[in-house]
Amino acid sequence: MRPAGVSRRTVLEALGSLAAVAAMPRHAFGQTAGAAAAGIQWNAAAFNAQTVDEALKALGAGTPAPTTEVSWGSTPQIAENGAVVPISVSSKIPGTDAIAIFIEKNPNKLAANFYFPEGTAPALSTRVKMSESSLVHALVKTKDNKYFLATREIKVTLGGCGG
Amino acid sequence: MPDPMRIRATIQDSQATVRVLMSHEMETGQRKDSAGNVVPAHFIQSVVASHNGRQVFRAEWGPAVSKNPYLQFQFGGAKAGDKVQITWVDNKGETRTDEVVLR
Repeated sequence: MRPAGVSRRTVLEALGSLAAVAAMPRHAFGQTAGAAAAGIQWNAAAFNAQTVDEALKALGAGTPAPTTEVSWGSTPQIAENGAVVPISVSSKIPGTDAIAIFIEKNPNKLAANFYFPEGTAPALSTRVKMSESSLVHALVKTKDNKYFLATREIKVTLGGCGG
Repeated sequence: MPDPMRIRATIQDSQATVRVLMSHEMETGQRKDSAGNVVPAHFIQSVVASHNGRQVFRAEWGPAVSKNPYLQFQFGGAKAGDKVQITWVDNKGETRTDEVVLR
Protein backbone atom coordinates (compact mmCIF):
# COMPACT_ATOMS: atom_id res chain seq x y z
CA MET A 1 0.00 0.00 0.00
CA ARG A 2 1.28 3.43 -0.93
CA PRO A 3 -1.19 5.98 0.33
CA ALA A 4 1.26 8.85 -0.31
CA GLY A 5 1.53 7.97 -4.02
CA VAL A 6 -2.21 7.61 -4.41
CA SER A 7 -3.00 10.91 -2.76
CA ARG A 8 -0.36 12.70 -4.82
CA ARG A 9 -1.95 11.43 -8.03
CA THR A 10 -5.42 12.41 -6.84
CA VAL A 11 -4.21 15.89 -5.99
CA LEU A 12 -2.49 16.28 -9.35
CA GLU A 13 -5.58 15.15 -11.23
CA ALA A 14 -7.73 17.57 -9.28
CA LEU A 15 -5.30 20.38 -10.04
CA GLY A 16 -5.30 19.40 -13.69
CA SER A 17 -9.05 19.60 -14.07
CA LEU A 18 -9.11 22.89 -12.16
CA ALA A 19 -6.53 24.30 -14.55
CA ALA A 20 -8.62 23.17 -17.52
CA VAL A 21 -11.68 24.92 -16.15
CA ALA A 22 -9.70 28.05 -15.35
CA ALA A 23 -8.23 28.13 -18.86
CA MET A 24 -11.59 27.88 -20.61
CA PRO A 25 -12.87 31.47 -20.44
CA ARG A 26 -9.70 32.78 -22.06
CA HIS A 27 -10.51 30.94 -25.29
CA ALA A 28 -14.22 31.49 -25.08
CA PHE A 29 -14.65 34.58 -27.20
CA GLY A 30 -17.23 35.44 -29.81
CA GLN A 31 -19.54 32.75 -31.03
CA THR A 32 -18.18 30.09 -28.72
CA ALA A 33 -19.05 32.03 -25.55
CA GLY A 34 -22.39 30.30 -25.21
CA ALA A 35 -20.90 26.89 -25.90
CA ALA A 36 -18.18 27.33 -23.31
CA ALA A 37 -20.50 28.78 -20.68
CA ALA A 38 -22.90 25.87 -20.95
CA GLY A 39 -20.14 23.27 -21.26
CA ILE A 40 -21.50 21.91 -24.53
CA GLN A 41 -19.59 20.34 -27.40
CA TRP A 42 -19.38 22.57 -30.48
CA ASN A 43 -16.60 22.39 -33.05
CA ALA A 44 -16.00 26.12 -33.59
CA ALA A 45 -13.17 25.59 -36.11
CA ALA A 46 -15.39 23.42 -38.33
CA PHE A 47 -18.42 25.73 -38.12
CA ASN A 48 -16.38 28.88 -38.79
CA ALA A 49 -14.53 27.34 -41.76
CA GLN A 50 -14.83 29.34 -44.97
CA THR A 51 -14.20 26.43 -47.34
CA VAL A 52 -15.47 22.85 -47.41
CA ASP A 53 -11.88 21.55 -47.30
CA GLU A 54 -11.14 23.60 -44.17
CA ALA A 55 -14.31 22.31 -42.50
CA LEU A 56 -13.44 18.70 -43.41
CA LYS A 57 -9.97 19.23 -41.95
CA ALA A 58 -11.40 20.68 -38.72
CA LEU A 59 -13.58 17.57 -38.38
CA GLY A 60 -10.55 15.34 -38.99
CA ALA A 61 -12.08 13.95 -42.17
CA GLY A 62 -9.15 14.59 -44.55
CA THR A 63 -10.22 13.53 -48.04
CA PRO A 64 -13.34 11.37 -47.65
CA ALA A 65 -14.10 8.62 -50.17
CA PRO A 66 -17.15 9.23 -52.38
CA THR A 67 -20.10 6.99 -51.58
CA THR A 68 -23.50 6.11 -53.01
CA GLU A 69 -24.58 4.39 -49.77
CA VAL A 70 -26.36 7.52 -48.59
CA SER A 71 -30.04 8.05 -49.22
CA TRP A 72 -31.38 11.59 -49.50
CA GLY A 73 -34.94 10.56 -48.66
CA SER A 74 -37.41 13.34 -49.29
CA THR A 75 -34.73 16.02 -49.86
CA PRO A 76 -35.95 18.04 -52.86
CA GLN A 77 -33.87 18.68 -55.98
CA ILE A 78 -35.53 22.04 -56.42
CA ALA A 79 -36.37 24.07 -53.33
CA GLU A 80 -38.77 26.97 -53.68
CA ASN A 81 -37.73 28.77 -50.52
CA GLY A 82 -34.05 28.89 -49.58
CA ALA A 83 -34.93 29.82 -45.98
CA VAL A 84 -36.52 26.43 -45.41
CA VAL A 85 -34.96 23.58 -47.38
CA PRO A 86 -35.94 20.15 -46.03
CA ILE A 87 -32.93 17.84 -45.74
CA SER A 88 -33.35 14.15 -45.10
CA VAL A 89 -30.30 11.89 -44.97
CA SER A 90 -29.75 8.29 -43.99
CA SER A 91 -26.62 6.18 -44.25
CA LYS A 92 -26.40 2.49 -45.20
CA ILE A 93 -22.71 2.36 -44.32
CA PRO A 94 -22.18 -0.09 -41.41
CA GLY A 95 -20.95 1.53 -38.19
CA THR A 96 -22.09 5.05 -39.11
CA ASP A 97 -21.89 7.19 -35.98
CA ALA A 98 -22.05 10.74 -37.34
CA ILE A 99 -23.39 12.61 -40.37
CA ALA A 100 -22.41 16.21 -41.16
CA ILE A 101 -24.18 18.41 -43.70
CA PHE A 102 -22.22 20.92 -45.81
CA ILE A 103 -23.71 23.57 -48.09
CA GLU A 104 -21.04 24.62 -50.53
CA LYS A 105 -22.31 28.11 -51.42
CA ASN A 106 -23.29 29.21 -47.90
CA PRO A 107 -21.00 31.66 -46.05
CA ASN A 108 -20.26 28.97 -43.46
CA LYS A 109 -19.95 25.63 -45.18
CA LEU A 110 -20.79 23.30 -42.30
CA ALA A 111 -24.52 23.54 -41.53
CA ALA A 112 -24.95 20.81 -38.93
CA ASN A 113 -23.35 17.69 -37.51
CA PHE A 114 -25.42 14.81 -36.10
CA TYR A 115 -24.18 12.03 -33.81
CA PHE A 116 -25.77 8.59 -33.52
CA PRO A 117 -24.87 6.51 -30.47
CA GLU A 118 -25.22 2.72 -30.58
CA GLY A 119 -28.89 1.81 -31.08
CA THR A 120 -29.84 5.01 -32.89
CA ALA A 121 -30.66 4.88 -36.61
CA PRO A 122 -28.06 6.74 -38.73
CA ALA A 123 -30.75 8.95 -40.23
CA LEU A 124 -32.10 12.43 -39.69
CA SER A 125 -34.44 15.01 -41.12
CA THR A 126 -34.12 18.74 -40.60
CA ARG A 127 -34.50 22.05 -42.43
CA VAL A 128 -31.70 24.37 -43.47
CA LYS A 129 -31.13 27.76 -45.07
CA MET A 130 -29.46 28.01 -48.48
CA SER A 131 -28.31 31.35 -49.85
CA GLU A 132 -28.45 30.07 -53.46
CA SER A 133 -28.47 26.90 -55.56
CA SER A 134 -25.59 24.76 -54.37
CA LEU A 135 -24.01 21.38 -53.99
CA VAL A 136 -24.92 19.85 -50.65
CA HIS A 137 -22.63 17.23 -49.12
CA ALA A 138 -23.32 14.63 -46.46
CA LEU A 139 -20.18 13.48 -44.66
CA VAL A 140 -20.53 10.07 -43.02
CA LYS A 141 -18.19 9.12 -40.19
CA THR A 142 -17.94 5.52 -39.02
CA LYS A 143 -16.97 4.14 -35.62
CA ASP A 144 -13.51 3.17 -36.93
CA ASN A 145 -12.95 6.79 -38.09
CA LYS A 146 -13.47 6.28 -41.81
CA TYR A 147 -15.09 9.11 -43.76
CA PHE A 148 -17.36 9.04 -46.81
CA LEU A 149 -18.93 11.86 -48.80
CA ALA A 150 -22.21 11.90 -50.71
CA THR A 151 -23.21 14.90 -52.80
CA ARG A 152 -26.44 16.22 -54.24
CA GLU A 153 -27.28 19.43 -56.06
CA ILE A 154 -30.20 21.45 -54.75
CA LYS A 155 -31.55 24.31 -56.83
CA VAL A 156 -33.06 27.22 -54.94
CA THR A 157 -35.64 29.46 -56.57
CA LEU A 158 -35.61 32.08 -53.78
CA GLY A 159 -32.47 32.59 -51.64
CA GLY A 160 -32.60 32.18 -47.88
CA CYS A 161 -30.62 35.21 -46.77
CA GLY A 162 -33.63 37.49 -46.64
CA GLY A 163 -31.41 40.36 -47.89
CA MET B 1 -37.41 31.74 -20.85
CA PRO B 2 -37.59 30.48 -24.44
CA ASP B 3 -40.83 29.00 -25.74
CA PRO B 4 -41.33 25.26 -25.24
CA MET B 5 -40.51 22.72 -27.94
CA ARG B 6 -43.23 20.75 -29.59
CA ILE B 7 -42.21 17.11 -29.45
CA ARG B 8 -44.02 14.12 -30.87
CA ALA B 9 -42.55 10.74 -30.07
CA THR B 10 -44.19 7.61 -31.44
CA ILE B 11 -43.19 4.00 -31.04
CA GLN B 12 -43.42 1.01 -33.33
CA ASP B 13 -41.76 -2.37 -32.68
CA SER B 14 -39.46 -0.86 -29.97
CA GLN B 15 -38.25 1.71 -32.51
CA ALA B 16 -39.01 5.26 -31.41
CA THR B 17 -39.47 8.09 -33.91
CA VAL B 18 -39.03 11.55 -32.42
CA ARG B 19 -40.10 14.74 -34.17
CA VAL B 20 -39.18 18.06 -32.61
CA LEU B 21 -40.12 21.60 -33.48
CA MET B 22 -38.13 24.20 -31.57
CA SER B 23 -38.95 27.84 -31.23
CA HIS B 24 -35.84 29.88 -32.07
CA GLU B 25 -34.88 32.81 -34.30
CA MET B 26 -31.72 31.10 -35.66
CA GLU B 27 -30.29 34.50 -36.57
CA THR B 28 -27.26 34.05 -38.86
CA GLY B 29 -25.29 37.19 -38.04
CA GLN B 30 -25.20 37.98 -41.79
CA ARG B 31 -28.45 39.93 -41.93
CA LYS B 32 -28.86 43.71 -41.54
CA ASP B 33 -31.86 45.43 -40.01
CA SER B 34 -33.71 48.35 -41.65
CA ALA B 35 -31.19 50.82 -40.16
CA GLY B 36 -28.30 48.91 -41.77
CA ASN B 37 -26.94 47.44 -38.54
CA VAL B 38 -25.85 43.83 -38.52
CA VAL B 39 -28.24 41.69 -36.49
CA PRO B 40 -26.00 39.68 -34.16
CA ALA B 41 -25.89 35.92 -34.58
CA HIS B 42 -28.22 34.02 -32.27
CA PHE B 43 -28.64 30.33 -32.97
CA ILE B 44 -28.89 26.93 -31.32
CA GLN B 45 -25.49 25.23 -31.15
CA SER B 46 -26.24 22.02 -29.35
CA VAL B 47 -29.14 19.59 -29.18
CA VAL B 48 -29.03 16.51 -26.98
CA ALA B 49 -31.72 13.86 -26.60
CA SER B 50 -31.78 11.21 -23.91
CA HIS B 51 -34.00 8.20 -23.34
CA ASN B 52 -34.39 7.09 -19.71
CA GLY B 53 -31.18 8.97 -18.92
CA ARG B 54 -29.10 7.49 -21.78
CA GLN B 55 -28.00 9.80 -24.60
CA VAL B 56 -29.59 8.62 -27.87
CA PHE B 57 -28.95 11.55 -30.19
CA ARG B 58 -26.77 14.64 -30.35
CA ALA B 59 -26.39 17.45 -32.86
CA GLU B 60 -24.12 20.44 -33.31
CA TRP B 61 -25.69 23.21 -35.36
CA GLY B 62 -24.47 26.29 -37.17
CA PRO B 63 -26.60 29.29 -38.12
CA ALA B 64 -27.61 27.59 -41.41
CA VAL B 65 -30.30 25.56 -39.67
CA SER B 66 -33.68 27.16 -40.43
CA LYS B 67 -35.62 29.41 -38.09
CA ASN B 68 -37.83 27.42 -35.70
CA PRO B 69 -35.77 24.28 -36.32
CA TYR B 70 -37.30 20.93 -37.17
CA LEU B 71 -35.60 17.68 -36.32
CA GLN B 72 -36.48 14.03 -36.73
CA PHE B 73 -34.53 10.98 -35.55
CA GLN B 74 -35.11 7.35 -34.59
CA PHE B 75 -33.70 5.07 -31.92
CA GLY B 76 -34.26 1.50 -30.76
CA GLY B 77 -34.81 -0.27 -27.43
CA ALA B 78 -37.79 1.86 -26.44
CA LYS B 79 -41.22 1.06 -25.07
CA ALA B 80 -44.45 2.99 -24.57
CA GLY B 81 -44.37 5.07 -21.40
CA ASP B 82 -40.62 5.73 -21.60
CA LYS B 83 -39.49 9.32 -21.39
CA VAL B 84 -37.48 11.22 -23.96
CA GLN B 85 -35.80 14.42 -22.85
CA ILE B 86 -34.47 17.02 -25.26
CA THR B 87 -32.22 19.97 -24.41
CA TRP B 88 -30.91 22.73 -26.64
CA VAL B 89 -28.32 25.40 -25.87
CA ASP B 90 -27.74 28.47 -28.04
CA ASN B 91 -24.68 30.66 -28.60
CA LYS B 92 -25.83 33.10 -25.91
CA GLY B 93 -26.02 30.32 -23.35
CA GLU B 94 -29.83 30.27 -23.32
CA THR B 95 -31.20 26.79 -22.91
CA ARG B 96 -34.46 24.89 -22.91
CA THR B 97 -35.29 21.33 -21.87
CA ASP B 98 -38.54 19.53 -22.61
CA GLU B 99 -39.70 16.01 -21.99
CA VAL B 100 -42.21 13.77 -23.73
CA VAL B 101 -43.65 10.35 -23.00
CA LEU B 102 -43.40 7.75 -25.78
CA ARG B 103 -46.73 6.50 -27.02
